[in-house]
Order: sequence, then C-alpha cells, then structure tokens
Amino acid sequence: MRIPCPHCGDRSHDEFSYGGAADRRRPTTADFGPEWLDYVYLRDNPAGLHRELWYHGSGCRCWLIVERNTLSHAITAVHAVLPASSPAMEDA
Amino acid sequence: MSGDCFSIFTLLRQAWTGQGGLKPMWREPEPKSAYDAVIVGGGGHGLATAYYLAKEHGMSNIAVLEKGWIGSGNVGRNTTIVRSNYLLPGNIPFYEHSLKLWEGLEQEINYNAMVSQRGVINLFHSDAQRDDHVRRGNAMRLHGVDAVLLDREGVRQRAPFLDFDHARFPIHGGLLQPRGGTVRHDAVAWGYARAADRRGVDIVQNCAVTGIRVEAGRVIGVETSRGLIRAPRVGLACAGNSSRVAAMAGLRLPIESHVLTAFVSEALKPLINTVITFGAGHFYISQSDKGGLVFGASIDGYNSYAQRGNLPTIEDSCEEAMALIPALGRLRLLRHWSGIMDMSMDGSPIIDRTPIAGLYLNAGWCIGGFKATPASGWCFAHLIARDTPHPVAAAYRLDRFATGHLLDEAGTGADVTMH
Ligand SMILES: Cc1cc2nc3c(=O)[nH]c(=O)nc-3n(C[C@H](O)[C@H](O)[C@H](O)COP(=O)(O)OP(=O)(O)OC[C@H]3O[C@@H](n4cnc5c(N)ncnc54)[C@H](O)[C@@H]3O)c2cc1C
Ligand SMILES: [Zn+2]
Repeated sequence: MRIPCPHCGDRSHDEFSYGGAADRRRPTTADFGPEWLDYVYLRDNPAGLHRELWYHGSGCRCWLIVERNTLSHAITAVHAVLPASSPAMEDA
Repeated sequence: MSGDCFSIFTLLRQAWTGQGGLKPMWREPEPKSAYDAVIVGGGGHGLATAYYLAKEHGMSNIAVLEKGWIGSGNVGRNTTIVRSNYLLPGNIPFYEHSLKLWEGLEQEINYNAMVSQRGVINLFHSDAQRDDHVRRGNAMRLHGVDAVLLDREGVRQRAPFLDFDHARFPIHGGLLQPRGGTVRHDAVAWGYARAADRRGVDIVQNCAVTGIRVEAGRVIGVETSRGLIRAPRVGLACAGNSSRVAAMAGLRLPIESHVLTAFVSEALKPLINTVITFGAGHFYISQSDKGGLVFGASIDGYNSYAQRGNLPTIEDSCEEAMALIPALGRLRLLRHWSGIMDMSMDGSPIIDRTPIAGLYLNAGWCIGGFKATPASGWCFAHLIARDTPHPVAAAYRLDRFATGHLLDEAGTGADVTMH
C-alpha cells in the first residue's frame, strides 16, 4: 500500500503513522457520558470507504486525510489537514 | 465403525480401497424456517457454542449459519497457539478454563486435534521487563495456573539457538507456561462441527446473514441469503465482521477491524520444540509437525477487511525473526496469509447480552481468540441458554466501556495498534 502524499509523492505506508477515523469530534463537555463514550471507544468500522488520518512522520511531518477502501486498500483521495501555508507547516 | 470416524484400521482399509468409503463428517441440511436459536458465524467460537448448547444445555434445534465454508475465517488462519498466561483477574480464570477444556477436548469430541502442550516461553530482555514477567507469573500462580520463571541458562537449555547476546536486546530469561502449546486449528473447526452435527445441530454453509429482525425490542430472527430464519435467540460470533453484523441491529461496537498476517517457512528438521515469544517486539515462533516454522507478529495497523496485508509488516516480522534467531537468515518463506481481527478498544473480548432482548454478542477477540475457542463456546452457550453470564466470563461486558471497568491487559488505552 502506497499513500500519495500531496507534499512528498507516492510513499510506502510504513513512512506514516495511522491516526484512525478522521471525523471523530472531541466532545465539548467535560463530563464523561455518552458523547465521550462515543468519541473514545465506539467506531463505525466500515467495510468500504473510510476517511482516516495518517501522519507522514518520515516525510513532510504533516497530518493527512486519506480516503481509502478497507476492502481493497485502494486510496481515492488524500489531502493535508492544514493548508500548505499554515504556520504549522513552516515549523515542520 | 462408521465412515466418519478414523482409526488406524479404517485409514489402512481406505488406503487400499481408494478412499471411497469415507462419509462426509457433517450433513449439509437445508436451513429450516425456524429454530430455537441460531448462531451467526461458523468459526471456532460459533461451532463450539453450538456444540455446548446441544451437549450442556440440551438445545439441539439450533443452527450455525456461515456465509462461506466453516473454517474459512480466522479459525483456519491463526498460528495455533494456546496458553493462559494472563495478568488480570477478569481474564485468568476464563483462559484457564479454556486451557482445561483443550486438555480434554480430543476425548470429548473424539477427534484428533493434535493438542500439543509443548510450553510457551515469553522472553524478557531487561530488568524492568523481568519484574513485569515476575508479576504476571505470580498473578497466574495465585490463580492456580502453572508458571515457571526461567533464567538465561534455563532458556538456553530449551532454546540454544537464540541470540542471547544481542547488542540491543540481550535475553535475560523467560516466563514459561509448561501447559501452553499448540493445537491443529482446522481440526478444531472440523471436530466441533462433527460433534455438533451428531447432536442434531444444523450447520448451514454458504448462508450469509444479511439482516437482523427486531420487533418491540426483541430479536425474532435473521434474514439470510437463503431466506428468513426465525429464532427467539440469536448469537453473533462473527470475529472480524462483528461490527458489520451488529450494525444490522443498529449497534455500534467498541471494535475496529484490522489485518494480521502469519507466515510459514519451508520444512526443517526439528529445531524448536516449544513456542517462543520475543519480548522486545511483537514476534513469536513455533514449529509445526510438518517441520515448517510458523510465526507471526503485529497487525498492520490500519482498518482493513481485506484478508491481505502489506509488505512493510512482512519485512518487520522477518527483522524480528533475525534479531531473535540469526540462524533463520537463509530460510525461505513458503506462504503468508492474513485474517481480519476484531480489535476491541481495551484488548479484551465481549461475551454479553445486547440492548436487544434475545440478541447476544461474542466479539472483540483481537489477535488471540483461538486459545479461547472452547471457553468462549462454553460461556456463550451458557449465556444464550440461561440469559445470564457464565461466572468466568462475567467481566466481558459490553457496557464496561461506559462504566470504566475496562480489561486492559497491556495498559495501553483505546488504541488498538498497541494491544
Ligand atoms: C494470522 C493470525 C494468527 C493468529 N494467531 C493466534 C494464535 O496463535 N493464538 C490465538 O489464540 N489466536 C490467534 N489468532 C486469533 C484467532 O484466530 C481469532 O481470534 C479467532 O479464530 C476468532 O474466532 P472464530 O474462530 O470464531 O473466528 P472466524 O473463524 O473468523 O469465524 C467467524 C465466522 O463468521 C462468519 N461470518 C461473518 N459475517 C457473517 C455473516 N454476515 N453471515 C454469516 N457468517 C458470517 C465468517 O465467514 C467466519 O467464518 C490469530 C489470527 C490470525 C488471523
Ligand atoms: Zn509527506
């Protein structure tokens, strides 16, 4: 499996760390309840298209959102979480 | 003797008569329109559950529904290691119950499952890791489980070919469970299937469950590729596909599906007479009776239903093999294959009721559910028959993620790539 990084090109997946499902949102409440249960422990775990986070630690050190099919491992879209001109990018 | 039993005499006779007199080991029934209970998933856990439902609870009007053929899932893909060397009080009695059932399994189902108690050694490579293993060994012994602390020389006696003086990961010793070992995995599926079939259980292959029918909060049956099958009790034992099947009943599980790969090398003369796990990575190795070295390592580490892993994991596993046993350097790999693991968020399984009456869940086995097969079947059958958890599986609750009563053996939190 190779991930086409928008900054570095096609790279082997072992240059990246996996960050899991991309669309989980950290709850705003401080109390543990259904929202935190959902965020920390429950997963959609789809068989098919999955939007997920990958961190290119051995490359540009940017977080990417990858759309990948979990049945075939085919990747259909990749984009950086932060725009290329953001301060975080310049630090990296 | 009937044609589905094997003695040396039937085997010899068949060898001279073209193997024509052997009967299929289980029937291939058409599914009935209704049963007292159905089990979804004909892996080791589903088949064991059906067997114990019939044997221990007198429920024989039941069916196992399997979307492919039995044994096509993880039960036929694992590296066959069984052990009960756990740490937490919620886990040890369950896995020890399983090991005891393994010890009597072949007599119980009259099937040669090649149960081989060749021992399992977990190596440690530092003082801190030694402390950790001593603690685990003590926890086991407090529960009446066998555990022996080996020093470096003790390990060397059993496995002189290891790299004891590896510059980065020298071997300081190991924790041995003498009663651990290996079991021929597909024989477990076949043996339980034959034994369940003989007690009247219908094993229905090529029957995919496509929906779960719920009325007024109670399960009433399942839709399948072969029509609606009614049942007041439905047990899900779908391993890597648990989330997909549970979603048919609107449940969202604390599970991610990940791919795990195993390997077998070309056959060698006897080299390793036990099971050895590397403590500085995640790698373990044993030798099959055919002579091939069987080894495995970690999950690839991304969500997958592909039953096919990627090359970096293979490279990584081989590097770990070389760090542990440099003599393997010229060995060739014969095959590698993968299965889909139901990785739970605390690394421990779930055997519990669900919010839907009559619907029961058996899932979350991560990379180590083969050893659990007999006890999982035993406890799941108890739960389905009596609607109350079996005492040794009482900690495997679905609501523990909400209540905080997690069973995190590795202490790594809700990151399945760390379990
Ligand atoms: C490479 C590898 C190595 C492993 N090594 C070990 C080891 O050494 N020791 C150990 O203890 N464990 C090991 N495991 C883990 C162990 O194999 C699993 O945890 C265990 O087999 C899971 O239970 P099962 O046998 O019931 O699963 P499976 O055999 O996967 O059974 C689940 C069944 O459900 C069926 N199913 C799914 N969806 C549907 C549906 N909609 N309708 C009908 N049927 C359906 C599937 O087809 C499948 O047959 C390993 C796993 C792998 C992949
Ligand atoms: Zn990059």
